Amino acid sequence: MEISRHWRLQQQRYGLVGEVCPHCSEKIFPPRDVCPHCSGEAKTPYTFSGKGEVYSYTTVYDAPEGYEGTTPYTVAIIKLDEGPLVTAQLTDVDNGKAEIGMPVEMVTRKLREDGDRGMLVYGYKFRPQLAVSV
Amino acid sequence: MRDIYINGLGTLPVGEHWETSLRELAVQAIQAALKDAPGLKPEALFVGNMLAGQLSHQEHLGALIADFAGMRGIEAVTVEAAGAAGGAAVRQAVLAVASGWVETALVVGVEKMTDKVGAGTTAATASAGDSEWESVQGVTPTALAALMMRRYMHDYQVALKDFAGFSVNAHANAKTNPKAMFHNTLTADSFVKAGMVAEPVNMFDTAPEADGAAALLISAQPAAVRVAASAMATDTLAVHDRPDLLNLRAAHLATHKAYQQAGVGAEQMNVFELHDGFTVFAALSLEAAGFAERGAGWKLAQGAIGLSGQIPVSTFGGLKARGNPGGATGVYQIAEVALQLRGEGGANQVMGAQWGMAQCLGGAGATAVTHILSKN
Amino acid sequence: MSQSISDQLLRPVRDVGIVGYGAYVPRYRLPATEVARVWTEGTGALPIKEKAVPGLDEDVATMSIEAARNALSRAGIAPNDIRAVWVGSESHPYAVKPTSTIVAEAIGAVPNTQAADWQFACKAGTEALQAAIGFIGSGMARYALSIGMDTAQGRPGDALEYTAGAGGAAYLVGAAEEALAIFEGSYSFVTDTPDFWRRQHEVYPEHGQRFTGEPAYFKHITSAAENFMTQSGTTPKDYRYAVFHQPNVKFPQRAAKQLGFTDEQIKTGLIVGVIGNTYAGSAMIGLTAVLDEAQPGDRILMVSFGSGAGSDAFGLRVTDQITARQKRAPRTKDYIARRTQIDYAAYTRLRGKLVMG
Repeated sequence: MEISRHWRLQQQRYGLVGEVCPHCSEKIFPPRDVCPHCSGEAKTPYTFSGKGEVYSYTTVYDAPEGYEGTTPYTVAIIKLDEGPLVTAQLTDVDNGKAEIGMPVEMVTRKLREDGDRGMLVYGYKFRPQLAVSV
Repeated sequence: MRDIYINGLGTLPVGEHWETSLRELAVQAIQAALKDAPGLKPEALFVGNMLAGQLSHQEHLGALIADFAGMRGIEAVTVEAAGAAGGAAVRQAVLAVASGWVETALVVGVEKMTDKVGAGTTAATASAGDSEWESVQGVTPTALAALMMRRYMHDYQVALKDFAGFSVNAHANAKTNPKAMFHNTLTADSFVKAGMVAEPVNMFDTAPEADGAAALLISAQPAAVRVAASAMATDTLAVHDRPDLLNLRAAHLATHKAYQQAGVGAEQMNVFELHDGFTVFAALSLEAAGFAERGAGWKLAQGAIGLSGQIPVSTFGGLKARGNPGGATGVYQIAEVALQLRGEGGANQVMGAQWGMAQCLGGAGATAVTHILSKN
Repeated sequence: MSQSISDQLLRPVRDVGIVGYGAYVPRYRLPATEVARVWTEGTGALPIKEKAVPGLDEDVATMSIEAARNALSRAGIAPNDIRAVWVGSESHPYAVKPTSTIVAEAIGAVPNTQAADWQFACKAGTEALQAAIGFIGSGMARYALSIGMDTAQGRPGDALEYTAGAGGAAYLVGAAEEALAIFEGSYSFVTDTPDFWRRQHEVYPEHGQRFTGEPAYFKHITSAAENFMTQSGTTPKDYRYAVFHQPNVKFPQRAAKQLGFTDEQIKTGLIVGVIGNTYAGSAMIGLTAVLDEAQPGDRILMVSFGSGAGSDAFGLRVTDQITARQKRAPRTKDYIARRTQIDYAAYTRLRGKLVMG
């Protein structure tokens, strides 16, 4: 049973909470306390909007253990509006329909469940931005 | 620092060795290497392996293999750097001998991919990536290569067929290597039509993961093959953390450090055993090492990488057709370059080879280990 | 507002209302014709057109998070000012371990908050809403979040399989001064009536067939509505809109007629035909559909029904704060319009009805 390694990342996984560097203003995800851009200390929390676009994508047919029941699924590298790239599954879109540049938004979904008895792990995925009426 | 030589080598056929255990494979390769270098007694053992803990429930390979190889008492340790473990183990051996602390070092790369089958194996290979920010999303090594390949094709307007040459060349060379896993001919046409694994990476793009073991004896005692350079570098673990997804920065750093150590450049290389786990890695490795401009690595696959080409790669089949036994791969690559320089390539000989480079990658290029060998 | 108030009408010491609201419906749709194709060879009347089906990565927790985020967008308040996160459902992902803590963590309401899961079949959400009115109306706290959401299962081939859908809504309850719609009292009518239940370890519920009609749905909805209106001094024509629990299209239409409401009054909130019965979300998402269109001054009556059995009735008066807030988040019709049709085979996979081992 793996509990703590998911539990301690809930803010990041559920809500895309990262950091902003107080020295160079770069946005950082996931948080790492040391800015990868200027190497300064960076511990100020920053919540990303969840908006971004698809940078690359691929559909997985041969899944690792724990994900077999959900194939085929599409994973992507997403460029968040604020700058960082993240790796995540795409959801609410047919597997053949993703495109580089497609505008997407973050949603919190079930990433995996550990069998019938195990924990449910939730986290971010991205879906095509929902069309809203004005 | 003193000069380092490869005094002995031994490689086993790569394949599905259902009946041979991890320790047996290692011992067989070691015995072949020792036989190739009579009179040399290793004082230290460096084991290159990536997944024995997850696939065979076996950690602590240094002590295990020293024991079963009849070398109880010597210092021994496992070196892990995902798919670059083999090269990294050689690097440690070179450091030990060059420093003077060890006179003769033994390296064995060994992997038993078939000790586990199914989705559990896929999950184990995914541990080479970032488990918190990549693997938890169901990402696999193939998916990461596919993400890079799709972006490569998008940015440089390259089609799937433009990558076929890497796999076709690998298979053509493997045909005459009795230790290769595959001996079938692959055509460009069948490459393009192959079923997808993680689009655009298809079944004839991904190198087969299999069992194998290769061993090297390294010492300061002069031999036909000299280790002219040994270099290692890292990049961000997660592909998404790279400022430039299409620059294998670790490979670039390692090869340029190696060129500096050896005092030669890309143009001197007569053979390059690169990490063709995926065709896009082959293209990017050629770019990182300076054989092609950025975005043009794929062009070399259109005829320049054959045995008599401008820069021969995968001369014994590469990862694609000789096979990819994980942590052993880096050792196979160095052994194959050594064979070329010794003139023992047989039907796979690159004529007049004087300088050769071997490079293995860990994960999606997060670790790169580059060795340059020269004919003594 | 009438002056005749009896002690059965529930009114808090200070007036409260809805500060933000949000809906959620998943994208997949299973037409009722598909269920009929498999089980009756296409014969028989169909109770709805199609129902919403959740994706493999969705459950009551994920759907509640999105509805809650929509409610927060409309309310424009800081999530850490919420002091209660309450989720009502009959398909909570865990039998023991609250859905509401997952939602509270995801929206940033932790740690200074109450959290609890509610169950009372299809009125689990309005239960949470009743409690929120008391929580805020007593002055205990500034904001409470009440959610009704479900991904309820229908037994294959059963009548309820045509309609058991997925979806629901979230409501942020706060002071009347901040509200886009103010509660004009509420009322609950409850009896021990076993019309529909699910025992502890069973996958599918049992239902009492025709017993679920008159003695259950109609008795409780009409009693709640009538008692509420009598005690509030109102009649059907005082309301622009009425929303009833919607297990299918016909039941709420008949209840409306019995009570004296017109088709026009229930039309906007009657969405079961295109998303199915969202159980604990049903009346609550019918209300979001109404709030999406409502104008300042409109009065709304909402009456839920939960098997077991009971009905919660609420009167609402829309304020002028509604206009600005309607457009701050996707509307109910945006979710309804987002549809991907699936067949019965895909549905069995998505709903985990295949024997996998």
